[in-house]
Amino acid sequence: MKNKENAIQVENLTKRFGDFTAVNNISFEVGKGEIFGFLGANGAGKTTAMKMLIGISKPSLGNAQVAGFNVLTEAEQIKRNIGYMSQRFSLYNDLTIKENIVFFGGIYGLSSADIKEKSQTMIHELGLHDMANSLVGSLPLGWKQKVAFSVALLHNPKIVFLDEPTGGVDPITRRQFWEMIYREANKGVTIFVTTHYMDEAEYCDRVSIMVAGKIEALDTPKHLKRQFQADSMNQVFLKLARNRE
Amino acid sequence: MNRFIGFIKKEFYHILRDRRSLFILFGMPIVQVMLFGFAITNEINNVDIAILDHSKDVHTQEIINKIAASKYFSIKGFISHEDGIESTFKKGKIKAVLNFGKDFSKDLVTEKKVTVQILTDATDPNMANTISNYIGSILQNYQQELNQGLKLPYQIIPRTRMVFNPELKSVYMFVPGVMTIILMLVSAMMTSISITREKELGTMEILLVSPLNPFQVIVGKVVPYILLSIINAVAIILLSIFVFKMPVQGSLFLLGAESILFIVNALSLGILISTVATTQQAAMMTSLMGLMLPVILLSGFIFPISSMPMPLQFISNIIPAKWFIIIIKGIMLKGVGLAYVWKETLILIGMTLFFIGLSVKKYKIRLE
Repeated sequence: MKNKENAIQVENLTKRFGDFTAVNNISFEVGKGEIFGFLGANGAGKTTAMKMLIGISKPSLGNAQVAGFNVLTEAEQIKRNIGYMSQRFSLYNDLTIKENIVFFGGIYGLSSADIKEKSQTMIHELGLHDMANSLVGSLPLGWKQKVAFSVALLHNPKIVFLDEPTGGVDPITRRQFWEMIYREANKGVTIFVTTHYMDEAEYCDRVSIMVAGKIEALDTPKHLKRQFQADSMNQVFLKLARNRE
Repeated sequence: MNRFIGFIKKEFYHILRDRRSLFILFGMPIVQVMLFGFAITNEINNVDIAILDHSKDVHTQEIINKIAASKYFSIKGFISHEDGIESTFKKGKIKAVLNFGKDFSKDLVTEKKVTVQILTDATDPNMANTISNYIGSILQNYQQELNQGLKLPYQIIPRTRMVFNPELKSVYMFVPGVMTIILMLVSAMMTSISITREKELGTMEILLVSPLNPFQVIVGKVVPYILLSIINAVAIILLSIFVFKMPVQGSLFLLGAESILFIVNALSLGILISTVATTQQAAMMTSLMGLMLPVILLSGFIFPISSMPMPLQFISNIIPAKWFIIIIKGIMLKGVGLAYVWKETLILIGMTLFFIGLSVKKYKIRLE
């Protein structure tokens, strides 16, 4: 990865809440256009680490560059260059799909002509013609997540952060969702994704596994399986977690 | 600017599509004003009464005329015998019967002292009590007229002796209080709920990750409620002027300006609550317990502050509503200008700045 210009560069990042160290001195880099899986059990510190990278939480120690900007000093520029889709649903249920697009396009400073064009393309690509004017709350979860992902991409971010985007979604929709991710990665967008599903970890270019605030493993799924003599990422994960206990 | 308008538009979608908030915003003010204005009132109007006059003399006729002339009663029948009283009440329309005994005039002139029986329909005890007070006061009034220039006064003794208070126009007292409650409710509670809703749903995170800065987010959330609160204030004032014929003595401009000051004060409290509360429920409970109760109990709206124990009087000073009620009562009922309420106004401004400062500080901490 050294020869590529890195999309994300993390150096000794640490976050403490009082006596508790949620993220303990982690370092890694993510290359441009890479799909980077950020794995870990609940409470391992994934979300905290991610929040520092997207500029809504200040690191206690260490530093990081995101899209070429420093998280400590240039959080505002970072916000303009990233997309973010949260674990919890990130659209407004009481607004229609179109209204959501207009709203989020607006707060990212897109012109109305731009928004109009983008929303048409998006509705077309997702095949949502019939539902464009229905409230988001009435859509099935899988559809919502697809729309949310597209909305996170509205302003052409260089990096997209996805916090457990497929939680609670059926396997077929998850599959379609990953196809969307691949499509964006092929366009050169860097994808930073946290997930609980170990089969999804196999889709990533590289994965890191966090245990108790530290990154315990980081490599391609193939190498990790060889390293831990496991058949699947699931086994890798279990072995790592057991070693810690 | 475009961004900002988009934000406000979205906020209005939230409000207009949520029946609950629509009701709180527009139903409550009207219901409250009507309730306080009409239902919870100590006044009576055009109550139907009947007369049982055994004496039929000059004096009873004068008393009957006096009662008929008052707007509180309308005489809807004459009964000729005691037996008729019960059946009259049973029909339900007549709320009171005035019973003059035989030789009313004779007794009055010779004995200088006579009693009148007031029978009231006590199925509505409050009403009955009020009616007998009103009739009593009319009788007393008549007696005073008779006694002008007399050495030995006449006495007409009704059943009750409570003093009538012609100044007791309850609606005039309630309007400033209701307006205060509504503005507090809409501005503080609704904003705190709407901000915590974004936190609870997770959309606040999305907004914070966007290029909007936290300040813009908060202002965007608050502006629609400022507009709605102003509409509410105007509606309440119009209702009180046109429905309850309450005169606004002072300057409407000053009234409007002070109302906006209070709205901003309440909004800053709402923002402060939302920086502490993490769920909509918590925000609502904090607003109700922390804001509404003190406003109702300690602001002087219902219970006079001067009759509270010292510690409570002291506490009432830190309640913005107390100062606002003093201000708007002054403007609406007494017609005073800024020269008389500048102190209270300054206190409100000071409190507002304090709350805003505190929430800015709190809000930043949350983002760390």
